[in-house]
Amino acid sequence: MQVPAPFEYQRVGSVSEAVALLDRLGDTARLVAGGHSLIPMMKLRLANFEYLIDINDLHDELGYVRVEPGLIRIGAMTRHRELLESDELAAAFPVFRDAERVIADPVVRNRGTLGGSLCQADPSEDLSAVCTTLDASCVIQGMDGERVVSMEDFHRGPYETAVGDAEILTEVRIPVRPNGSSAYEKVERRAGDWAVVSAGAAVWLDGDGLIADARVGLAAVGPNTAGIPGIADALRGRHPTEELYGRAGDIAAEACSPVTDRRGSAEYKRHLARELTVRVLRRAVARIDGQEV
Amino acid sequence: MQVSMTVNGEEVTREIEGRLLLVHFLRDHLRLTGTHWGCDTSNCGTCVVWLDGEPVKSCTVLAAMAGGHEVRTVEGLEQNGELDPVQRGFVECHGLQCGFCTPGMMMTARALLDRNPDPSDTEIREAISGQICRCTGYATIVRSVRWAAAEEAGTRTSLETQATSGSAS
Ligand SMILES: Cc1cc2nc3c(=O)[nH]c(=O)nc-3n(C[C@H](O)[C@H](O)[C@H](O)COP(=O)(O)OP(=O)(O)OC[C@H]3O[C@@H](n4cnc5c(N)ncnc54)[C@H](O)[C@@H]3O)c2cc1C
Ligand code: FES
Ligand code: FES
Repeated sequence: MQVPAPFEYQRVGSVSEAVALLDRLGDTARLVAGGHSLIPMMKLRLANFEYLIDINDLHDELGYVRVEPGLIRIGAMTRHRELLESDELAAAFPVFRDAERVIADPVVRNRGTLGGSLCQADPSEDLSAVCTTLDASCVIQGMDGERVVSMEDFHRGPYETAVGDAEILTEVRIPVRPNGSSAYEKVERRAGDWAVVSAGAAVWLDGDGLIADARVGLAAVGPNTAGIPGIADALRGRHPTEELYGRAGDIAAEACSPVTDRRGSAEYKRHLARELTVRVLRRAVARIDGQEV
Repeated sequence: MQVSMTVNGEEVTREIEGRLLLVHFLRDHLRLTGTHWGCDTSNCGTCVVWLDGEPVKSCTVLAAMAGGHEVRTVEGLEQNGELDPVQRGFVECHGLQCGFCTPGMMMTARALLDRNPDPSDTEIREAISGQICRCTGYATIVRSVRWAAAEEAGTRTSLETQATSGSAS
Protein backbone atom coordinates (compact mmCIF):
# COMPACT_ATOMS: atom_id res chain seq x y z
CA MET A 1 0.00 0.00 0.00
CA GLN A 2 1.37 3.40 -1.00
CA VAL A 3 0.82 6.09 1.61
CA PRO A 4 2.26 9.59 1.60
CA ALA A 5 4.49 10.63 4.50
CA PRO A 6 2.64 12.66 7.16
CA PHE A 7 1.99 16.33 6.46
CA GLU A 8 -0.36 19.01 7.62
CA TYR A 9 -3.25 19.72 5.27
CA GLN A 10 -4.30 23.33 4.72
CA ARG A 11 -6.86 24.85 2.44
CA VAL A 12 -6.96 28.36 1.01
CA GLY A 13 -9.82 30.34 -0.47
CA SER A 14 -8.04 32.95 -2.55
CA VAL A 15 -4.82 33.60 -4.44
CA SER A 16 -3.70 36.19 -1.90
CA GLU A 17 -4.30 33.75 0.95
CA ALA A 18 -2.27 31.10 -0.89
CA VAL A 19 0.63 33.48 -1.46
CA ALA A 20 0.61 34.70 2.16
CA LEU A 21 0.64 31.13 3.48
CA LEU A 22 3.43 30.09 1.09
CA ASP A 23 5.40 33.14 2.15
CA ARG A 24 5.05 32.13 5.79
CA LEU A 25 5.81 28.43 5.32
CA GLY A 26 8.59 28.70 2.73
CA ASP A 27 9.92 25.54 1.11
CA THR A 28 8.30 23.32 3.75
CA ALA A 29 4.99 23.72 1.89
CA ARG A 30 3.64 22.64 -1.49
CA LEU A 31 0.50 23.52 -3.40
CA VAL A 32 -1.80 20.77 -4.60
CA ALA A 33 -4.16 21.38 -7.53
CA GLY A 34 -5.62 18.30 -9.22
CA GLY A 35 -3.07 16.22 -7.37
CA HIS A 36 -2.69 13.78 -10.24
CA SER A 37 1.05 14.31 -10.53
CA LEU A 38 1.83 15.32 -6.96
CA ILE A 39 -0.15 12.70 -5.00
CA PRO A 40 1.42 9.77 -6.92
CA MET A 41 4.85 11.27 -6.15
CA MET A 42 3.92 11.69 -2.49
CA LYS A 43 2.74 8.08 -2.39
CA LEU A 44 6.12 6.99 -3.72
CA ARG A 45 7.78 9.33 -1.18
CA LEU A 46 9.46 11.16 -4.04
CA ALA A 47 7.84 14.34 -2.72
CA ASN A 48 7.83 15.02 1.04
CA PHE A 49 7.07 18.23 2.89
CA GLU A 50 5.44 19.47 6.06
CA TYR A 51 2.46 21.35 4.68
CA LEU A 52 0.20 20.66 1.75
CA ILE A 53 -1.88 23.62 0.60
CA ASP A 54 -5.01 22.63 -1.31
CA ILE A 55 -5.94 25.25 -3.93
CA ASN A 56 -9.02 23.50 -5.35
CA ASP A 57 -11.25 26.15 -3.78
CA LEU A 58 -9.57 28.60 -6.19
CA HIS A 59 -11.34 26.93 -9.11
CA ASP A 60 -13.98 29.68 -9.05
CA GLU A 61 -11.27 32.33 -9.20
CA LEU A 62 -8.82 30.58 -11.53
CA GLY A 63 -10.97 28.22 -13.61
CA TYR A 64 -11.78 30.03 -16.87
CA VAL A 65 -11.12 30.47 -20.57
CA ARG A 66 -11.54 34.14 -21.49
CA VAL A 67 -11.45 35.32 -25.06
CA GLU A 68 -10.38 38.92 -25.58
CA PRO A 69 -9.35 40.78 -28.72
CA GLY A 70 -5.92 39.44 -29.62
CA LEU A 71 -5.59 37.34 -26.47
CA ILE A 72 -6.96 34.29 -24.73
CA ARG A 73 -6.50 33.99 -20.97
CA ILE A 74 -6.78 30.63 -19.25
CA GLY A 75 -6.88 30.32 -15.47
CA ALA A 76 -4.37 27.96 -13.86
CA MET A 77 -7.11 25.88 -12.16
CA THR A 78 -8.90 25.14 -15.44
CA ARG A 79 -9.19 21.36 -15.60
CA HIS A 80 -8.25 19.21 -18.58
CA ARG A 81 -11.90 18.42 -19.26
CA GLU A 82 -12.80 22.10 -19.36
CA LEU A 83 -9.97 22.74 -21.81
CA LEU A 84 -11.16 19.82 -23.95
CA GLU A 85 -14.75 21.02 -23.97
CA SER A 86 -14.14 24.73 -24.62
CA ASP A 87 -15.41 25.46 -28.14
CA GLU A 88 -13.91 28.96 -28.04
CA LEU A 89 -10.49 27.55 -27.28
CA ALA A 90 -10.81 24.89 -29.99
CA ALA A 91 -11.86 27.52 -32.53
CA ALA A 92 -8.85 29.74 -31.82
CA PHE A 93 -6.31 26.98 -31.15
CA PRO A 94 -7.31 23.51 -32.38
CA VAL A 95 -4.01 22.24 -30.92
CA PHE A 96 -5.63 22.32 -27.45
CA ARG A 97 -8.48 19.97 -28.30
CA ASP A 98 -6.15 17.69 -30.30
CA ALA A 99 -3.91 17.40 -27.25
CA GLU A 100 -6.60 17.15 -24.58
CA ARG A 101 -8.22 14.23 -26.39
CA VAL A 102 -5.07 12.20 -25.77
CA ILE A 103 -3.89 13.49 -22.39
CA ALA A 104 -4.35 10.78 -19.78
CA ASP A 105 -7.93 9.43 -19.70
CA PRO A 106 -11.35 11.03 -19.15
CA VAL A 107 -11.40 10.36 -15.40
CA VAL A 108 -7.93 11.81 -14.82
CA ARG A 109 -8.94 14.76 -17.02
CA ASN A 110 -11.75 15.56 -14.58
CA ARG A 111 -9.12 16.43 -11.98
CA GLY A 112 -5.81 17.53 -13.53
CA THR A 113 -5.33 21.24 -14.22
CA LEU A 114 -3.46 23.44 -16.68
CA GLY A 115 -1.45 25.03 -13.86
CA GLY A 116 -0.50 21.69 -12.31
CA SER A 117 0.59 20.37 -15.69
CA LEU A 118 2.87 23.32 -16.45
CA CYS A 119 4.27 23.50 -12.91
CA GLN A 120 5.00 19.78 -12.84
CA ALA A 121 7.23 20.42 -15.88
CA ASP A 122 7.51 16.73 -16.67
CA PRO A 123 9.43 16.41 -19.95
CA SER A 124 6.67 14.10 -21.25
CA GLU A 125 3.90 16.48 -20.27
CA ASP A 126 1.74 17.57 -23.21
CA LEU A 127 0.41 21.01 -22.24
CA SER A 128 3.90 22.50 -21.92
CA ALA A 129 4.47 21.53 -25.56
CA VAL A 130 1.09 23.07 -26.49
CA CYS A 131 1.80 26.32 -24.65
CA THR A 132 5.30 26.51 -26.10
CA THR A 133 3.88 25.99 -29.57
CA LEU A 134 1.44 28.85 -29.04
CA ASP A 135 4.06 31.23 -27.64
CA ALA A 136 2.13 31.49 -24.37
CA SER A 137 3.23 33.46 -21.35
CA CYS A 138 2.65 32.60 -17.71
CA VAL A 139 1.41 34.95 -15.01
CA ILE A 140 3.05 34.29 -11.65
CA GLN A 141 1.79 35.91 -8.46
CA GLY A 142 3.89 36.53 -5.37
CA MET A 143 3.84 38.81 -2.34
CA ASP A 144 5.16 41.70 -4.43
CA GLY A 145 2.56 41.40 -7.16
CA GLU A 146 2.58 39.57 -10.45
CA ARG A 147 5.13 39.00 -13.16
CA VAL A 148 4.73 37.60 -16.64
CA VAL A 149 7.27 35.19 -18.15
CA SER A 150 7.46 33.50 -21.54
CA MET A 151 7.18 29.70 -21.74
CA GLU A 152 10.90 29.57 -22.59
CA ASP A 153 11.71 31.31 -19.30
CA PHE A 154 9.01 29.48 -17.36
CA HIS A 155 10.22 26.00 -18.19
CA ARG A 156 13.69 25.80 -16.61
CA GLY A 157 14.25 22.09 -17.12
CA PRO A 158 12.79 18.76 -16.03
CA TYR A 159 10.52 19.33 -13.00
CA GLU A 160 11.80 22.88 -12.65
CA THR A 161 9.99 26.12 -13.40
CA ALA A 162 10.32 29.84 -12.78
CA VAL A 163 7.70 29.67 -10.00
CA GLY A 164 9.38 30.49 -6.68
CA ASP A 165 8.62 28.90 -3.28
CA ALA A 166 6.25 31.70 -2.31
CA GLU A 167 4.60 32.10 -5.70
CA ILE A 168 1.64 30.68 -7.57
CA LEU A 169 0.93 30.39 -11.29
CA THR A 170 -2.41 32.11 -11.86
CA GLU A 171 -2.93 32.43 -15.59
CA VAL A 172 -1.65 31.48 -19.02
CA ARG A 173 -1.96 34.08 -21.77
CA ILE A 174 -1.90 33.17 -25.42
CA PRO A 175 -1.67 35.78 -28.19
CA VAL A 176 -4.21 35.36 -31.00
CA ARG A 177 -2.71 36.29 -34.36
CA PRO A 178 -4.65 36.42 -37.62
CA ASN A 179 -4.53 33.83 -40.40
CA GLY A 180 -3.06 31.03 -38.33
CA SER A 181 -3.92 27.57 -37.09
CA SER A 182 -2.41 24.74 -35.10
CA ALA A 183 -2.38 20.98 -34.54
CA TYR A 184 -1.10 18.30 -32.14
CA GLU A 185 -0.22 14.65 -32.55
CA LYS A 186 0.89 12.11 -30.02
CA VAL A 187 2.08 8.53 -30.33
CA GLU A 188 1.26 6.48 -27.24
CA ARG A 189 1.58 2.78 -26.47
CA ARG A 190 -1.99 2.46 -25.25
CA ALA A 191 -4.98 4.70 -24.53
CA GLY A 192 -4.31 7.03 -21.60
CA ASP A 193 -0.55 6.55 -21.49
CA TRP A 194 2.12 9.22 -21.53
CA ALA A 195 3.58 10.09 -24.92
CA VAL A 196 6.27 8.09 -26.64
CA VAL A 197 6.67 11.39 -28.50
CA SER A 198 4.23 14.24 -29.17
CA ALA A 199 4.47 17.31 -31.35
CA GLY A 200 2.51 20.52 -31.69
CA ALA A 201 2.72 23.09 -34.46
CA ALA A 202 1.29 26.54 -35.05
CA VAL A 203 1.58 28.30 -38.40
CA TRP A 204 0.61 31.81 -39.52
CA LEU A 205 0.44 32.85 -43.17
CA ASP A 206 0.79 36.33 -44.67
CA GLY A 207 -1.44 37.87 -47.34
CA ASP A 208 0.52 36.13 -50.12
CA GLY A 209 0.17 32.68 -48.59
CA LEU A 210 3.78 32.63 -47.41
CA ILE A 211 4.63 31.49 -43.90
CA ALA A 212 4.75 34.57 -41.65
CA ASP A 213 5.71 32.53 -38.59
CA ALA A 214 5.76 28.90 -37.47
CA ARG A 215 6.41 27.23 -34.13
CA VAL A 216 6.89 23.63 -33.13
CA GLY A 217 6.87 22.19 -29.59
CA LEU A 218 7.85 18.62 -28.76
CA ALA A 219 7.25 16.46 -25.70
CA ALA A 220 9.09 13.40 -24.39
CA VAL A 221 12.24 13.87 -26.45
CA GLY A 222 14.56 15.29 -23.81
CA PRO A 223 14.61 18.13 -21.35
CA ASN A 224 14.35 20.80 -23.99
CA THR A 225 10.74 20.91 -25.16
CA ALA A 226 11.00 24.62 -25.81
CA GLY A 227 10.13 25.71 -29.32
CA ILE A 228 12.91 24.96 -31.76
CA PRO A 229 13.97 28.37 -33.08
CA GLY A 230 15.69 26.85 -36.13
CA ILE A 231 12.31 25.73 -37.45
CA ALA A 232 10.81 29.20 -37.47
CA ASP A 233 13.93 30.53 -39.22
CA ALA A 234 13.76 27.82 -41.89
CA LEU A 235 10.06 28.30 -42.57
CA ARG A 236 9.51 32.05 -42.48
CA GLY A 237 8.91 33.74 -45.82
CA ARG A 238 8.46 30.47 -47.72
CA HIS A 239 5.57 28.69 -49.36
CA PRO A 240 4.22 25.85 -47.26
CA THR A 241 5.20 22.69 -49.15
CA GLU A 242 5.83 19.03 -48.29
CA GLU A 243 9.50 19.58 -48.93
CA LEU A 244 9.58 22.42 -46.41
CA TYR A 245 7.76 20.32 -43.78
CA GLY A 246 10.37 17.63 -44.33
CA ARG A 247 13.15 20.11 -43.72
CA ALA A 248 11.43 21.24 -40.50
CA GLY A 249 11.14 17.58 -39.48
CA ASP A 250 14.88 17.12 -39.99
CA ILE A 251 15.59 20.14 -37.80
CA ALA A 252 13.27 18.80 -35.09
CA ALA A 253 14.92 15.37 -35.17
CA GLU A 254 18.33 16.99 -34.86
CA ALA A 255 17.34 19.39 -32.07
CA CYS A 256 15.87 16.75 -29.77
CA SER A 257 17.73 14.45 -27.40
CA PRO A 258 15.56 11.41 -26.67
CA VAL A 259 16.71 8.54 -24.49
CA THR A 260 15.97 4.85 -24.87
CA ASP A 261 13.43 3.63 -22.32
CA ARG A 262 10.41 1.33 -21.98
CA ARG A 263 8.50 3.49 -24.42
CA GLY A 264 10.97 3.11 -27.25
CA SER A 265 14.51 3.48 -28.48
CA ALA A 266 16.13 6.87 -28.94
CA GLU A 267 16.31 6.15 -32.66
CA TYR A 268 12.58 5.41 -32.89
CA LYS A 269 11.74 8.56 -30.93
CA ARG A 270 13.92 10.64 -33.22
CA HIS A 271 12.07 9.16 -36.17
CA LEU A 272 8.76 10.07 -34.50
CA ALA A 273 9.94 13.62 -33.78
CA ARG A 274 10.58 14.09 -37.49
CA GLU A 275 7.42 12.41 -38.72
CA LEU A 276 5.08 14.06 -36.19
CA THR A 277 6.57 17.49 -36.94
CA VAL A 278 5.79 16.98 -40.64
CA ARG A 279 2.23 15.86 -39.87
CA VAL A 280 1.34 18.69 -37.50
CA LEU A 281 2.74 21.35 -39.80
CA ARG A 282 0.78 19.86 -42.70
CA ARG A 283 -2.39 19.75 -40.64
CA ALA A 284 -2.01 23.26 -39.21
CA VAL A 285 -1.61 24.72 -42.73
CA ALA A 286 -4.56 22.72 -44.05
CA ARG A 287 -6.66 24.13 -41.23
CA ILE A 288 -5.75 27.71 -42.17
CA ASP A 289 -7.09 26.89 -45.61
CA GLY A 290 -10.34 25.86 -43.98
CA GLN A 291 -9.83 22.15 -44.39
CA GLU A 292 -10.79 20.38 -41.16
CA VAL A 293 -8.33 17.54 -40.91
CA MET B 1 -7.82 16.67 11.56
CA GLN B 2 -11.57 16.51 11.26
CA VAL B 3 -13.23 16.01 7.89
CA SER B 4 -16.92 16.25 6.97
CA MET B 5 -18.45 15.39 3.62
CA THR B 6 -21.64 14.07 2.13
CA VAL B 7 -21.41 10.44 1.07
CA ASN B 8 -24.35 9.03 -0.84
CA GLY B 9 -26.54 11.80 0.54
CA GLU B 10 -25.50 11.35 4.16
CA GLU B 11 -23.35 13.80 6.10
CA VAL B 12 -20.35 12.05 7.67
CA THR B 13 -17.66 13.44 9.98
CA ARG B 14 -14.51 11.60 11.01
CA GLU B 15 -11.15 12.27 12.61
CA ILE B 16 -8.47 11.45 10.01
CA GLU B 17 -4.83 11.99 9.10
CA GLY B 18 -4.24 14.54 6.35
CA ARG B 19 -2.49 11.90 4.25
CA LEU B 20 -5.44 9.48 4.19
CA LEU B 21 -6.59 8.72 0.64
CA LEU B 22 -10.27 8.94 -0.20
CA VAL B 23 -10.42 5.28 -1.24
CA HIS B 24 -9.25 4.17 2.22
CA PHE B 25 -11.54 6.64 3.95
CA LEU B 26 -14.51 5.11 2.14
CA ARG B 27 -13.45 1.49 2.59
CA ASP B 28 -11.83 1.48 6.03
CA HIS B 29 -13.47 4.35 7.89
CA LEU B 30 -16.98 4.19 6.43
CA ARG B 31 -16.90 0.47 5.60
CA LEU B 32 -18.17 1.20 2.10
CA THR B 33 -16.20 -1.61 0.51
CA GLY B 34 -18.07 -1.44 -2.78
CA THR B 35 -15.38 0.93 -4.01
CA HIS B 36 -12.43 -1.26 -4.88
CA TRP B 37 -8.76 -0.55 -4.59
CA GLY B 38 -6.46 -2.01 -7.22
CA CYS B 39 -3.36 -0.57 -8.83
CA ASP B 40 -2.88 2.31 -6.37
CA THR B 41 -1.33 4.30 -9.25
CA SER B 42 -4.37 5.94 -10.90
CA ASN B 43 -4.26 3.54 -13.83
CA CYS B 44 -6.90 0.85 -13.29
CA GLY B 45 -10.00 2.87 -12.37
CA THR B 46 -11.59 0.35 -10.02
CA CYS B 47 -11.55 3.06 -7.32
CA VAL B 48 -13.66 5.53 -9.34
CA VAL B 49 -16.26 7.44 -7.29
CA TRP B 50 -18.00 10.73 -7.95
CA LEU B 51 -16.74 13.96 -6.44
CA ASP B 52 -19.39 16.66 -6.92
CA GLY B 53 -20.89 14.62 -9.74
CA GLU B 54 -17.65 13.94 -11.64
CA PRO B 55 -15.93 10.54 -11.74
CA VAL B 56 -12.50 10.67 -10.08
CA LYS B 57 -9.91 8.07 -9.11
CA SER B 58 -10.22 7.95 -5.32
CA CYS B 59 -6.73 6.48 -4.87
CA THR B 60 -5.40 9.83 -6.11
CA VAL B 61 -7.62 12.16 -4.07
CA LEU B 62 -7.02 12.86 -0.39
CA ALA B 63 -9.99 12.36 1.91
CA ALA B 64 -9.26 15.86 3.21
CA MET B 65 -9.67 17.27 -0.30
CA ALA B 66 -13.20 15.83 -0.42
CA GLY B 67 -14.10 17.70 2.79
CA GLY B 68 -17.19 19.86 2.26
CA HIS B 69 -17.93 18.10 -1.02
CA GLU B 70 -20.34 15.45 -2.22
CA VAL B 71 -19.14 11.92 -2.81
CA ARG B 72 -21.17 9.19 -4.43
CA THR B 73 -20.07 5.57 -4.45
CA VAL B 74 -21.43 2.43 -6.07
CA GLU B 75 -23.51 1.87 -2.92
CA GLY B 76 -25.32 5.11 -3.79
CA LEU B 77 -26.40 3.98 -7.26
CA GLU B 78 -29.41 2.05 -6.03
CA GLN B 79 -32.38 4.29 -5.22
CA ASN B 80 -35.19 3.26 -2.83
CA GLY B 81 -34.23 -0.39 -3.04
CA GLU B 82 -34.23 -0.36 -6.85
CA LEU B 83 -31.07 -1.05 -8.77
CA ASP B 84 -29.98 1.68 -11.17
CA PRO B 85 -30.54 0.78 -14.84
CA VAL B 86 -26.73 0.64 -15.22
CA GLN B 87 -26.55 -2.01 -12.51
CA ARG B 88 -29.39 -3.94 -14.13
CA GLY B 89 -27.63 -3.68 -17.48
CA PHE B 90 -24.51 -5.30 -16.01
CA VAL B 91 -26.68 -8.11 -14.62
CA GLU B 92 -28.61 -8.61 -17.87
CA CYS B 93 -25.64 -8.48 -20.24
CA HIS B 94 -22.98 -10.25 -18.18
CA GLY B 95 -21.10 -6.99 -17.74
CA LEU B 96 -18.90 -8.63 -15.13
CA GLN B 97 -17.11 -11.85 -14.41
CA CYS B 98 -14.92 -11.46 -11.32
CA GLY B 99 -16.49 -8.09 -10.56
CA PHE B 100 -13.31 -6.36 -9.52
CA CYS B 101 -13.51 -3.52 -12.05
CA THR B 102 -17.29 -3.26 -11.85
CA PRO B 103 -17.86 -0.49 -9.27
CA GLY B 104 -15.60 1.90 -11.17
CA MET B 105 -17.09 0.91 -14.52
CA MET B 106 -20.63 1.51 -13.26
CA MET B 107 -19.84 4.91 -11.75
CA THR B 108 -18.27 6.08 -15.00
CA ALA B 109 -21.12 4.62 -17.03
CA ARG B 110 -23.74 6.38 -14.89
CA ALA B 111 -21.92 9.72 -15.32
CA LEU B 112 -21.69 9.16 -19.08
CA LEU B 113 -25.41 8.45 -19.43
CA ASP B 114 -26.31 11.50 -17.36
CA ARG B 115 -24.44 13.68 -19.84
CA ASN B 116 -25.09 11.69 -22.99
CA PRO B 117 -28.20 9.48 -22.78
CA ASP B 118 -27.56 7.77 -26.12
CA PRO B 119 -23.82 7.16 -26.43
CA SER B 120 -22.26 5.27 -29.34
CA ASP B 121 -20.06 2.24 -28.67
CA THR B 122 -17.04 4.44 -29.36
CA GLU B 123 -18.19 7.00 -26.81
CA ILE B 124 -18.71 4.29 -24.21
CA ARG B 125 -15.26 2.86 -24.89
CA GLU B 126 -13.72 6.33 -24.68
CA ALA B 127 -15.48 7.01 -21.34
CA ILE B 128 -14.09 3.83 -19.75
CA SER B 129 -10.68 4.07 -21.44
CA GLY B 130 -8.97 4.92 -18.13
CA GLN B 131 -10.25 1.73 -16.54
CA ILE B 132 -9.03 -1.81 -16.89
CA CYS B 133 -11.07 -5.02 -17.00
CA ARG B 134 -9.10 -8.25 -17.03
CA CYS B 135 -12.09 -10.53 -17.64
CA THR B 136 -14.71 -9.38 -20.09
CA GLY B 137 -12.74 -8.00 -22.99
CA TYR B 138 -14.98 -4.94 -22.54
CA ALA B 139 -17.57 -6.13 -25.07
CA THR B 140 -20.16 -7.08 -22.46
CA ILE B 141 -19.46 -3.89 -20.50
CA VAL B 142 -20.24 -1.81 -23.57
CA ARG B 143 -23.36 -3.91 -24.15
CA SER B 144 -24.46 -3.41 -20.52
CA VAL B 145 -24.16 0.37 -20.81
CA ARG B 146 -26.14 0.28 -24.08
CA TRP B 147 -28.79 -1.82 -22.31
CA ALA B 148 -29.09 0.82 -19.61
CA ALA B 149 -29.32 3.62 -22.19
CA ALA B 150 -32.07 1.78 -24.05
CA GLU B 151 -33.89 0.97 -20.81
CA GLU B 152 -33.91 4.64 -19.88
CA ALA B 153 -35.01 5.70 -23.35
CA GLY B 154 -37.82 3.15 -23.27
CA THR B 155 -36.49 1.41 -26.40
CA ARG B 156 -34.96 -1.64 -24.81
CA THR B 157 -36.88 -4.52 -26.42
CA SER B 158 -35.30 -4.28 -29.84
CA LEU B 159 -31.80 -3.83 -28.49
CA GLU B 160 -32.14 -6.69 -26.07
CA THR B 161 -33.06 -9.09 -28.86
CA GLN B 162 -30.05 -7.90 -30.80
CA ALA B 163 -27.76 -8.41 -27.86
CA THR B 164 -29.09 -11.91 -27.24
CA SER B 165 -28.79 -13.02 -30.83
CA GLY B 166 -25.32 -11.45 -30.91
CA SER B 167 -24.10 -13.46 -27.96
CA ALA B 168 -25.66 -16.70 -29.28
CA SER B 169 -23.84 -16.50 -32.60
C1 LIG C 1 -2.70 7.89 -15.14
C2 LIG C 1 -2.22 9.24 -15.53
C3 LIG C 1 -1.90 9.49 -16.87
C4 LIG C 1 -1.46 10.75 -17.27
N1 LIG C 1 -1.19 10.96 -18.59
C5 LIG C 1 -0.77 12.18 -18.99
C6 LIG C 1 -0.50 12.45 -20.37
O1 LIG C 1 -0.65 11.60 -21.23
N2 LIG C 1 -0.07 13.70 -20.71
C7 LIG C 1 0.08 14.68 -19.79
O2 LIG C 1 0.44 15.78 -20.16
N3 LIG C 1 -0.20 14.47 -18.48
C8 LIG C 1 -0.61 13.24 -18.08
N4 LIG C 1 -0.88 13.04 -16.74
C9 LIG C 1 -0.67 14.13 -15.78
C10 LIG C 1 -1.93 14.91 -15.61
O3 LIG C 1 -2.10 15.73 -16.75
C11 LIG C 1 -1.84 15.77 -14.37
O4 LIG C 1 -3.13 16.17 -14.09
C12 LIG C 1 -0.95 17.01 -14.47
O5 LIG C 1 0.37 16.69 -14.82
C13 LIG C 1 -0.81 17.73 -13.17
O6 LIG C 1 -1.92 18.53 -12.91
P1 LIG C 1 -2.54 18.57 -11.46
O7 LIG C 1 -3.50 19.67 -11.43
O8 LIG C 1 -3.01 17.21 -11.10
O9 LIG C 1 -1.24 18.98 -10.61
P2 LIG C 1 -0.77 18.59 -9.13
O10 LIG C 1 -0.41 17.16 -9.09
O11 LIG C 1 -1.73 19.09 -8.13
O12 LIG C 1 0.55 19.48 -9.03
C14 LIG C 1 1.71 19.24 -9.79
C15 LIG C 1 2.81 20.21 -9.35
O13 LIG C 1 2.47 21.55 -9.70
C16 LIG C 1 2.40 22.40 -8.56
N5 LIG C 1 1.27 23.30 -8.81
C17 LIG C 1 0.00 22.94 -9.15
N6 LIG C 1 -0.73 24.04 -9.42
C18 LIG C 1 0.08 25.11 -9.23
C19 LIG C 1 -0.09 26.53 -9.38
N7 LIG C 1 -1.27 27.06 -9.78
N8 LIG C 1 0.96 27.34 -9.09
C20 LIG C 1 2.15 26.81 -8.70
N9 LIG C 1 2.38 25.48 -8.57
C21 LIG C 1 1.36 24.64 -8.83
C22 LIG C 1 2.24 21.47 -7.37
O14 LIG C 1 2.78 22.04 -6.22
C23 LIG C 1 3.03 20.25 -7.84
O15 LIG C 1 4.38 20.44 -7.60
C24 LIG C 1 -1.32 11.79 -16.31
C25 LIG C 1 -1.63 11.55 -14.97
C26 LIG C 1 -2.07 10.30 -14.57
C27 LIG C 1 -2.40 10.08 -13.13
S1 FES D 1 -6.72 1.88 -7.50
FE1 FES D 1 -7.19 3.86 -8.20
S2 FES D 1 -6.88 3.75 -10.31
FE2 FES D 1 -6.29 1.76 -9.63
S1 FES E 1 -14.92 -8.31 -14.43
FE1 FES E 1 -13.01 -9.00 -13.70
S2 FES E 1 -11.79 -7.23 -13.99
FE2 FES E 1 -13.60 -6.68 -14.96
